[in-house]
Amino acid sequence: MSNLKLASASAIAIATASVASTAQADDLTLCWAAWDPANALVELSKEFEAQSGHTMNFEFVPWPNFADRMLNELNSGGKLCDLLIGDSQWIGGGAENGHYVKLNDFFDSEGISMDDFAPATVYAYSTWPKGTPNYYALPAMGDANGWFYRKDWFERDDIKAAYKEATGEDLREPQSQKELLQIAQFFQEREIDGKTVYGAAIFTERGSEGITMGVTSALYPWGFKYENTPGTYDMEGAVNSAEAVEALEFYKEFYETATPPGYTNSYMGESLDAFKSGQVAMAMNWFAFFPGLYADPATGGDKIDFFVNPPQNQAGSTLGGQGISVVAYSDKQDAALEYIKWFSNPDVQAKWWELGGYSAHNSVLNDPGFPDSQPFAGDFLVAMDGVQDFWQEPAYAELLLAMQKRVHDYVVADQGTAQEALDKLIEDWTEVFEDEGKL
Amino acid sequence: MSDKTIDRVAQATPAPVARKIKGLSDRAIAWIFVSPTIFLLLAINIFPLIWTIQLSFTNYRANRLNREPENIGFRNYERILTDSDIWLNMQATAHFLFWTIFFQVLIGFTLAWLINKKFKGNDLWTTIIVLPMMLSPAVVGNFWKFLYQPQIGLFNYIVGFFTGRDPSSFEMLGQVNLAPWAIVIVDTWMWTPFVMLICLAGLRSIPDYIYEAAEVDRASKLRQFFTITIPMVLPFLMLAVLFRGIENFKMFDLVVQLTGGGPGSVTELTSINLKREAFEKWRTGYASAYAIILFVTVFGLASIYVKALNKVKER
Repeated sequence: MSNLKLASASAIAIATASVASTAQADDLTLCWAAWDPANALVELSKEFEAQSGHTMNFEFVPWPNFADRMLNELNSGGKLCDLLIGDSQWIGGGAENGHYVKLNDFFDSEGISMDDFAPATVYAYSTWPKGTPNYYALPAMGDANGWFYRKDWFERDDIKAAYKEATGEDLREPQSQKELLQIAQFFQEREIDGKTVYGAAIFTERGSEGITMGVTSALYPWGFKYENTPGTYDMEGAVNSAEAVEALEFYKEFYETATPPGYTNSYMGESLDAFKSGQVAMAMNWFAFFPGLYADPATGGDKIDFFVNPPQNQAGSTLGGQGISVVAYSDKQDAALEYIKWFSNPDVQAKWWELGGYSAHNSVLNDPGFPDSQPFAGDFLVAMDGVQDFWQEPAYAELLLAMQKRVHDYVVADQGTAQEALDKLIEDWTEVFEDEGKL
Repeated sequence: MSDKTIDRVAQATPAPVARKIKGLSDRAIAWIFVSPTIFLLLAINIFPLIWTIQLSFTNYRANRLNREPENIGFRNYERILTDSDIWLNMQATAHFLFWTIFFQVLIGFTLAWLINKKFKGNDLWTTIIVLPMMLSPAVVGNFWKFLYQPQIGLFNYIVGFFTGRDPSSFEMLGQVNLAPWAIVIVDTWMWTPFVMLICLAGLRSIPDYIYEAAEVDRASKLRQFFTITIPMVLPFLMLAVLFRGIENFKMFDLVVQLTGGGPGSVTELTSINLKREAFEKWRTGYASAYAIILFVTVFGLASIYVKALNKVKER
């Protein structure tokens, strides 16, 4: 290091240290779901602690209880969380009910530009009303629902030959939803190395959001739309279109013919367990889990590969991911904003991706080396180009629970038809929007 | 003796207090003593009940503090009582209530009758039998989830062993026709010991001389059972049914752990549905009306039942 660089670095260090010592050191609590990326964030945040003098505490809640726990906290005006990495669908409620601090002035004063982040993530995680330049979160964790499979099985000559014989096609990463089902059905109850394996692990969970996230992964590629015209809540013919009905029937067929026995109430954890235990050939899950899956000594490395949710009539993936917000009830908003400023730094974002978090910063995503930086990085970029999210309305919980009920009744409990399920869903959603005064 | 006690109490009362209460009637003093309890009762039970009734006529949402609630009359009640999904929840609850109580009474009484016989290891067996009710419902729910697992679950294996069916060919928690029975089995496993203990108390309260008199009159064992045992245990049994009925009407944790209300909504009991309305959808006014309807139902049924119980006791 040259003398000049050394002197500059020392000056910055002294300046940082003096700022840290003069500013009041706070104990900040960041709330998020308990999953792999949360551990990466703990590691990443140590740098913030060292730089700022603040202490970071973390409140991580398992996914099935995350929404319940955190929305109760927000609705009761609780001070547990200073920073919250809340689900994308909460942004409407967070903004309209005054739970989140509006960040526009802060972004302007600190020179943080939303143009530096991937447009899909800014739209989904930060803005309310949708697409307007009113920001209530900084994109923190890009995510989408994707797929992973047993590459070692797909490459075995005996299995490839059996597939060719059964279908007349080559065994490969599926290029369409129907090919995905065909491959899953091929593996269903197949003997591999003396063990019975099954097609795929999909989401069927009833209690929180599981089956909706799974079903929409079929609905979106078929061209499902929530409204005929965005913003009008005109759902008849969109939600229950012929394509939507076909997609829902497809998901039911998938559940009935290509999943392990007893797979009636399964979400992220069950999907990971089914794959890691060698029970299934393929599984759907969020990209957030892919670094951990790739690192798994039993089924990771050379044995695994990844693919984007296959298209059907169009490309489409279910959006996951979250933005980071400052909770309006926090007494430490200045320190919390300091964290957001630090987190938006391109260097921090690069390290975030390195540790296993999914940065949404353009400097990371547009880096020429990004697609090859991880086996799933290229797929992540493709997926984020075609993401679609659930309603982000303040009444999102009601909308979600209605969909959970209607699709679980049809797919798992085998009650009624796909058309009836979607028609009833429109009735439920209409009632919600009428209560909201939007219809 | 009592005069002396009164004197001692009077002498022990501090002079300033004695001066203050001098001239107060016994009734007034009694009110002074019970008023803190009445105040707490009003604050914790009565006030929330009245507030809930008031909220049930509004569209209030506890997560929209910045929105003024509107009075909507009986709209919430009308919606609930005409909602076919809620009636399905009621049916699921009725199925669960009826069959759990039926099996618990049947098995609980039989076990109590057997345990009441004097035999070696009697106490040990009693301890073993009551173990399930000492466990947390959340633990029991998770534990049975594994037992019901189609591929590795012991329950499916045992059924398969005795019936010759492939254990993975049926899903206790995943099939619409089996899931309601799966939750009945678990609740029965957990709470039969409770019914057994109450029945055992009833059986042990029957004096031996009644049976001795029946023996002298040459009454058969069957006759003794139906004319002495059953009538004398009946008030205890009815009490057990009351306790289990009220408990199972508000059953939540065990079923949530086991099925989450699924598959579809076939095991979504009213308490689970109510919780979703109140604390997941945050339709506070609607949920208040729902709670009032359930309260009136339970209260009404329990009152009729208690009257019947009192009549049985009087006989």
